Amino acid sequence: MKTAYNEMYATDGSVRENYRNYADWLKATPEDVIVRKREAADIAFHRAGITFAVYGETNSQERLIPFDIVPRIIPAREWTRLEQGLRQRVSALNAFLHDIYHDQEILKAGRIPARQVLGNSQFRQEMAGVDVPENIYAHIAGVDLVRADHGSQLGEYYVLEDNLRTPSGVSYMLENRKMMMRLFPDLFSSQKISPVEHYPDLLLNNLRSVAPHGITNPNVVVLTPGQYNSAYFEHAFLAQQMGVELVDGNDLFVKNETVYMRTTEGPLRVDVIYRRIDDDFLDPLTFNKDSMLGVPGLFSAYRAGNVTLANAVGTGIADDKAIYVYVPEMIRFYCGEEPILSNVPTWELSKPDDLAYVLAHLPELVVKEVHGSGGYGMLVGPTASAAEIRLFRDKITAHPANYIAQPTLALSTCPTFVESGVAPRHIDLRPYVLSGKEITMVPGGLTRVALKDGSLVVNSSQGGGTKDTWVLEGDN
Amino acid sequence: MLSSTADHLYWMARSMERAENTARMLDVTYRMSLLKRALIEPHHEWRAMLSISGLHEDFEARYDVPSADNVLHFMALDEKNPGSIYNSIFKARENARAVRGSITSEMWETLNSTWLEMRRIQGDGIAADGVSRFFDWVKERSHLSRGIAHGTMLRDNTFRFIRLGNFLERADNTARILDVKYHILLPSPKDVGGAADYYQWSSVLRSVSAFESYRRVYRDQITPKRVAELLILRPDMARSLITCVDEVNRLLHEIDGPRASELLNRCGLLRTRLHAETIDGIFDYGLHEYLSEFLEQIYELGNLINTAYFWSTDELRLPEMAGN
Repeated sequence: MKTAYNEMYATDGSVRENYRNYADWLKATPEDVIVRKREAADIAFHRAGITFAVYGETNSQERLIPFDIVPRIIPAREWTRLEQGLRQRVSALNAFLHDIYHDQEILKAGRIPARQVLGNSQFRQEMAGVDVPENIYAHIAGVDLVRADHGSQLGEYYVLEDNLRTPSGVSYMLENRKMMMRLFPDLFSSQKISPVEHYPDLLLNNLRSVAPHGITNPNVVVLTPGQYNSAYFEHAFLAQQMGVELVDGNDLFVKNETVYMRTTEGPLRVDVIYRRIDDDFLDPLTFNKDSMLGVPGLFSAYRAGNVTLANAVGTGIADDKAIYVYVPEMIRFYCGEEPILSNVPTWELSKPDDLAYVLAHLPELVVKEVHGSGGYGMLVGPTASAAEIRLFRDKITAHPANYIAQPTLALSTCPTFVESGVAPRHIDLRPYVLSGKEITMVPGGLTRVALKDGSLVVNSSQGGGTKDTWVLEGDN
Repeated sequence: MLSSTADHLYWMARSMERAENTARMLDVTYRMSLLKRALIEPHHEWRAMLSISGLHEDFEARYDVPSADNVLHFMALDEKNPGSIYNSIFKARENARAVRGSITSEMWETLNSTWLEMRRIQGDGIAADGVSRFFDWVKERSHLSRGIAHGTMLRDNTFRFIRLGNFLERADNTARILDVKYHILLPSPKDVGGAADYYQWSSVLRSVSAFESYRRVYRDQITPKRVAELLILRPDMARSLITCVDEVNRLLHEIDGPRASELLNRCGLLRTRLHAETIDGIFDYGLHEYLSEFLEQIYELGNLINTAYFWSTDELRLPEMAGN
């Protein structure tokens, strides 16, 4: 694997323009001050319980997601292009979702093989013909971007994954910024860093803009699977920041195809549900009948147009890895434009040529299971053992259509505090795109960092940490 | 407010208040048991303590004699006893956790760290730091959580449901503490007015932090009737029944709600009766009988609070409000 693109230092060792201010500050700040600030951050996160709950473990301490104090800094012009690309991509994905649950023009035009969509377990037949406000399905998208040198392209951004179901992590984006401002106020006064703190306002406006027709003052709630869910902190945090109720399935009921919540003052109608429960668990009458998390009858109220679910049911078809390769085609088909952001080059193993190539090059490639998420059903060729590669070869040969493969990208690195001092670690970026009457987003997103030396896996469930993400304003 | 949120807030407060009052009750029993008297059968106080808490069957199933060590362990640390201080603190923390978005972060952090400390104490045993020190610690944590509610929370229904839980639980517990002494430890005629009697009544007063108040109010010797009057009828006593019921009544009127009319009536009636009562009237009727009936009424109020605010029968009632 080649050396990765370093966000802070150019290949000649000089500091990149966007990091110059930060590098000066770092040089001028004594090491013991940095150490103390890092300890202060840890204590503050613990006390506030900003944790990644692993409840029910024998040692039921809740874990912290490690926070690194070196920010990821993005120059203004880079962000402008990213934002345009994200808007374009998410618009096309929403248009695709509306299309396949209605007229299926893109399938009729032969731009995506129909079996890839209709035969996919993420395609929800129940959604066929269901109209949703503003034709928006993915109200909150968390698009994972990585940056890598590929061929002659240096430090190019690629879309790794479109998370269109219940993307999480935005609370860490907000808490990380709060922490950085508290620890290093001088850094924020010496340069212009785009604010992100208004994200909850944008989210609330977005959710209100997709209320059922005729509702002027919609009642918005956040639906959580409950306090033992690993992301419960985020659910409670977002509800509190938006000033809306956090509910679980037992707080809601459906009567006459209308959703109500139980309050001390009697039933109160609910118009928009920002749900953090997967489709399968939403309504035991329609989906998984053993689900204790959902609300019986919710889907009937939804079909009747009396409540908005954000995100909509059935968005999983658009962020499935088997569909991912067709997103550039969607952009051309629905927007009539060339994609601004690139996909990672991808081999579809359902195609015999691709399959043959991939089987011959497994030790160099990353192989991913379709319908999988969270980095579990995955082979990273360069770091895998011979036995793991053999296991994947057998799995692929048995069901080639269940897999895609990509080159192993040397994800860009950012200096990060580790035990041995400051060292480069691989990072990704998850900006959050809000779609409603219009598309809104805050500049930046969540930067995740793989803390293990050489690791490319940034997932918090597998030892990843996070960083504050700065988008600079103006020309610096 | 969501019914489930109100429910959690109310039980968060009740559970912490119960932990405190259990500590108070154990404390007074512990002090009484130190006053050895030849005529009292062994373990009498501890047996009384269990029966007034309604937990004697559970205890007898798992322990042999109601010795101080056994009862203290059962009531303070036993994970299997739903009424133990350990479990009350656990419930307070779990309820707080469920509504951490509705309470201030200080409130959550206090109950969270109380629970973490409780787990440590359970591992070490309460004798490690001294029995009384443990009771003092429980009381302090309860004072702290009430103080934080007072000092940090918006005066809306969130605050009111917390206060409601505090005062309903406190009414129940003051009545029980008084009953432990007066009914179960019925003084033999020769003891009345004796030194042992003085120490017993003063320990009752101390258990509800009322010893100094008694002196200030009566400036006279401690008599059972005055103690009862102080703890039942004095509206200026923080833990008296009348103060608790006044507070519950005021809070319920502020919260109100479409299903609260029967609850408000019943509470109003209880309050009116208490205000019309005299201590002589109560003693003529029989203090134990009076307190038993009071506890039943508090229990009944708890049930009515459930139906008015927490247990929803909304689905059944909806047609009349369709079109909202």
